[in-house]
Amino acid sequence: MQVPAHFEYERATSLEHAVALLTRYGPEARVVAGGHSLIPMMKLRLAQPEVLVDLNDLTELAGIRIEGDELRIGALTRHAELLGSAVAGEHYPILHDAERVIADPVVRNRGTVGGSVCQADPSEDLSGVFTALRATAVIQGADGPRRVPMRQFFTGPYETAVGPAEVLVELRVPLRPGGGSAYVKVDRRAGDWAVAAAAAALWLRPGPGGTPVVADAGSGSPPSAPGTSRPPRPRSTCAAAPPTRSRSPRRARSPRSTAGPSPTSAGRSTTSATSPAS
Amino acid sequence: MAVTVNGVEHVREVEPRLLLVHLLRDELGLTGTHWGCDTSNCGACTVWMDGVPVKSCTVLAAMAHGREVRTVEGLETPFGLDQVQVSFMACHGLQCGFCTPGMLMTARWLLDRNPDPSEAEVREAIAGQTCRCTGYENIVRAVRHAAAAEREQAS
Ligand SMILES: Cc1cc2nc3c(=O)[nH]c(=O)nc-3n(C[C@H](O)[C@H](O)[C@H](O)COP(=O)(O)OP(=O)(O)OC[C@H]3O[C@@H](n4cnc5c(N)ncnc54)[C@H](O)[C@@H]3O)c2cc1C
Ligand code: FES
Ligand code: FES
Repeated sequence: MQVPAHFEYERATSLEHAVALLTRYGPEARVVAGGHSLIPMMKLRLAQPEVLVDLNDLTELAGIRIEGDELRIGALTRHAELLGSAVAGEHYPILHDAERVIADPVVRNRGTVGGSVCQADPSEDLSGVFTALRATAVIQGADGPRRVPMRQFFTGPYETAVGPAEVLVELRVPLRPGGGSAYVKVDRRAGDWAVAAAAAALWLRPGPGGTPVVADAGSGSPPSAPGTSRPPRPRSTCAAAPPTRSRSPRRARSPRSTAGPSPTSAGRSTTSATSPAS
Repeated sequence: MAVTVNGVEHVREVEPRLLLVHLLRDELGLTGTHWGCDTSNCGACTVWMDGVPVKSCTVLAAMAHGREVRTVEGLETPFGLDQVQVSFMACHGLQCGFCTPGMLMTARWLLDRNPDPSEAEVREAIAGQTCRCTGYENIVRAVRHAAAAEREQAS
């Protein structure tokens, strides 16, 4: 029987309360959201926090909405909610592509979007997605909120920019016209963790004579090694060029070349890295 | 802590590290909920918390404070077994029965949302649940049998 080591349990009643509890208890305190990464790690004693601060009552961290030109996804949004969100899927099909292959429906009922990116597991699916979409993380600390671009969010496997007395509030995805996106994961069984994965997003704009050209492209992969979630810089072969079948997938190859463990799985994940739509 | 299970409130002093599955089984004597893998994979421990199926081996009992839990014992009503229970019996949806409580809770949730699920939809719904006996065929058949029976009762 796997049982976590002893710890104290506190339930936060507001975002400020959560930050105050983390500040009071110090670095041995951890927040718990869905608990579907942290509790298994505590059972295996891979994590032994002295205090758990439960975020599940913080409705202000939940939900998906559009505000201005951003899609805002609260940290406490459950995977099932993101998968079921029409507005998210309409703007960025990549969000549904990825959610569909995360774990199973019962796990998705409980696990959260914020917990996923904060866990920064090397096989985790959403990190690469939000990196490709050029999302920004809003992080709350005692001094108020700060914003960190996803490209700087992951500092390594299981390591993020969120400090010990901070809470991830939401992820903001810029809404830009002419975007398309997709996610491809290689796994051994349905619902399993990724062996390799690639996320890609592409934005087109009208070019000379109305021919669409690539305005921007983003890619990402799980935070397996420092730097691998960072999309490569737009290259002249892609940015400002008309999209072609030979050009677009090249954008997605870069992160995979460092993250893909075998030629077979890397090969299988090339399929349709980009699907410019809308 | 105070938790409502199948409509009855229970107040207990618990250690924060107690898992919900053990609260249900060991403290409240509701052994219908099974405890299988301990790694959040098998789904035998699936119960509803605030109306949503969750794996109770991966939820702290303390997290259920103030919430409503429904277990397999809460499926039966004074009028008899739930239709999913009847259909699992009719279609041989179980052999050893270890996975059954979790399967029943997920099946009930699916049918409350989708009264006519396709085979693929049933298989997706139970994707997080492992059955070592039936090969799933009869489980899928049982869930769709329950759906058909409920549609008939409603018409
Ligand atoms: C059987 C199983 C299969 C899975 N398969 C996959 C899969 O295929 N792909 C995949 O991507 N994931 C998978 N997961 C992980 C699942 O997606 C988890 O839900 C997710 O990784 C963590 O979310 P959580 O809310 O449960 O986080 P928790 O476990 O609560 O927390 C994880 C970490 O993040 C921190 N944290 C959580 N929320 C915040 C916040 N708001 N601010 C700051 N820190 C925070 C916690 O302190 C902890 O360190 C699987 C999990 C299980 C149990
Ligand atoms: S005991 Fe909970 S998933 Fe197996
Ligand atoms: S009936 Fe034996 S595990 Fe499913």
